[in-house]
Amino acid sequence: MSVGEIFQPRPTRRALYVSIIYGLWSLITAALAIPAGIYLLFPPRTKKAPEWLVAGDVSHLRIKEPEEMVFRRTRVDGWKITSEKSTAWVVKLSEQTLVAFAPQCTHLGCAYHWDERQKNFLCPCHNSSFSVEGAVL
Amino acid sequence: MRRRIIDWLDHRTGIETAVRNFLFEEIPASSGWHQVFGSVAVFLFLVQAFTGILLAFNYAPTPGEAYNSVKYIVSELTGGRMIRGLHHWGASLMIVVVVLHMAQVFLYGAYKKPREATWMAGVALLLLTLAYGLTGYLLPWDNRAYWGTVVATQIAGKVPVLGPYLQRLLGDGAASVGVVTFARFYALHVLLLPPATTFLIALHIYLVRKHGVMPLPGDEAPKKKFYPEQVFRDTIAIFFTFAVLFTLAVSARVPLDRLADPTDTSYIPRPDWYFLFLFQLLKFFEGPLEVVGSVVLPGLAVLALILAPFLDRGVVRRVRERTLALGVLALAAIGWGGLTAAAVVTTPKTSEVDVTVSAGADDWQQLSPEELAGVGYYRKENCAACHAGGKVGPDLTRGIRKSAAWMIEHFKRPQQMMPGSSMPPLQLSDPQLNALAAFLLKLNQRTAGVLESAPQFAVEGAMLYQGQKCGVCHQVNGIGVKLGPPLNGVGQRRTRDWIEEHFRDPQKLSPGSVMPPYRFNSRDMDRITSYLLGLPPR
Repeated sequence: MSVGEIFQPRPTRRALYVSIIYGLWSLITAALAIPAGIYLLFPPRTKKAPEWLVAGDVSHLRIKEPEEMVFRRTRVDGWKITSEKSTAWVVKLSEQTLVAFAPQCTHLGCAYHWDERQKNFLCPCHNSSFSVEGAVL
Repeated sequence: MRRRIIDWLDHRTGIETAVRNFLFEEIPASSGWHQVFGSVAVFLFLVQAFTGILLAFNYAPTPGEAYNSVKYIVSELTGGRMIRGLHHWGASLMIVVVVLHMAQVFLYGAYKKPREATWMAGVALLLLTLAYGLTGYLLPWDNRAYWGTVVATQIAGKVPVLGPYLQRLLGDGAASVGVVTFARFYALHVLLLPPATTFLIALHIYLVRKHGVMPLPGDEAPKKKFYPEQVFRDTIAIFFTFAVLFTLAVSARVPLDRLADPTDTSYIPRPDWYFLFLFQLLKFFEGPLEVVGSVVLPGLAVLALILAPFLDRGVVRRVRERTLALGVLALAAIGWGGLTAAAVVTTPKTSEVDVTVSAGADDWQQLSPEELAGVGYYRKENCAACHAGGKVGPDLTRGIRKSAAWMIEHFKRPQQMMPGSSMPPLQLSDPQLNALAAFLLKLNQRTAGVLESAPQFAVEGAMLYQGQKCGVCHQVNGIGVKLGPPLNGVGQRRTRDWIEEHFRDPQKLSPGSVMPPYRFNSRDMDRITSYLLGLPPR
């Protein structure tokens, strides 16, 4: 016995009631759920593109010998603007080319380091390694 | 298939039986549109809980950060303004609906025996609703919130005997609203009140079910079921209320003032509209009588509400025959409306920010050297990172209603002057801070262009001019001392080479001059000379 079978004094009016109840509650739910979804899922409207930063002096770098450079940068974090310490691995690949790698492993974001003996970047988490050019090995 | 799943679930949990018992409850045949308000109130409570949780996802509950995060919600997040609007206007609508619900119950005498406990739980829910309003008002930590709460905690402090303890509970021990009060209000608003409300609503509905919905007098007709006819009426009422709420949230702006400023003597504190009558009531009682307006009368009113079922002990009658109840309600409405209207009328119009504009001050050449040097320190300290675009700090171009002395103190110790401010202390010397304050006093929307447009050579020249105290002997734009020649228009009288040579050896070019020689490096020499050459004739 379902909800509809129990009580039917005037079937047409009853059906109208039920459809209006369902219809209006669907509207209310949608009107609350859609803005909530937008609010939670849309990225914040950021105003500025990230700026170029001075990471450090590269004149002493030797070719294919990476150096971890530490610098400060301003980061927009939600409602806060923070100045934080940041690092990058800077490599001189040739006299003309200079590359800066973000310090996180592309696998799961661990901090990797330069292994002097193997001449590779090594990640301690899952043994990922990268060449001096940044290629996955 | 669907049937089998439902049967399986019902067998394990009894869910269908429970829903059915709830929906197919028998109600009197005379139930109708006058009984929809309770459902609407529950609906609004759920909307408040939902939007409140959403807001909490992007809200930092400490002073200062609270303000920034609310600003972030409404200006950075898509739909954030909408969610805050729903929460803000939902609170107001909730008060309206709860009061309508009570008025209906009161008029129909539905609190009479055996429903006294239901009524008293309802009065407690009304007080909780007001407590939400009071505690939630502080949470954006803007000027409006701060000053409204100062008044509220002061009123709490005036309660005879208990006052000081109440005030200490509200974290207002040192007679100032700060981080402790903020934490207490936040904890009340999101940790204590919601479970208390949920419990009381459950109790209230349980009691309504236990005693049954009250029939109108003389209703002998066979009972009907709650579903679907009454549910339909409730749904229509809820939908109508929601449509009003949605429209308000989309179209009406929710105010967000400047960051709370305990030193702002020009601010006119006002509570939210539903507390205005209490605020106005206070004005009628002065000195030792003040406690009558702040505590005695509101206390008596609440007591009368709680005891209403025991004061009105007659048999249940038709609404039209309840002249006394109608009279009491009308008096209450007139009293409330009158007080609120009086409070609205006597609220001074907030004057537009006083923008004093000196003629033509949108040009760097019109600024005094000290003010122009201030532009330099503004740039050097990167003030624009927080104060331009209004993302973190207040927009300084709207005019600053502060003294230079206050500002300098604020530059040195921001948190002491503005609790909760996230501004770092400035690492500048006193004369440099003076220059910055001097410029900020001149800053408004007309002069804001200087911040961008003033050429760096001129700004640095002015910083040198100020640092070397040239103004002790010279005048620029009428400011300084006329011991030496005024420097406006010096470019028409002298060449660049002459000025540079004069800096190095004044007596060589102006015999008898008392000016000491200045040994600038080539860059500084270029800056200060260019600045002087750029000064317009007066």
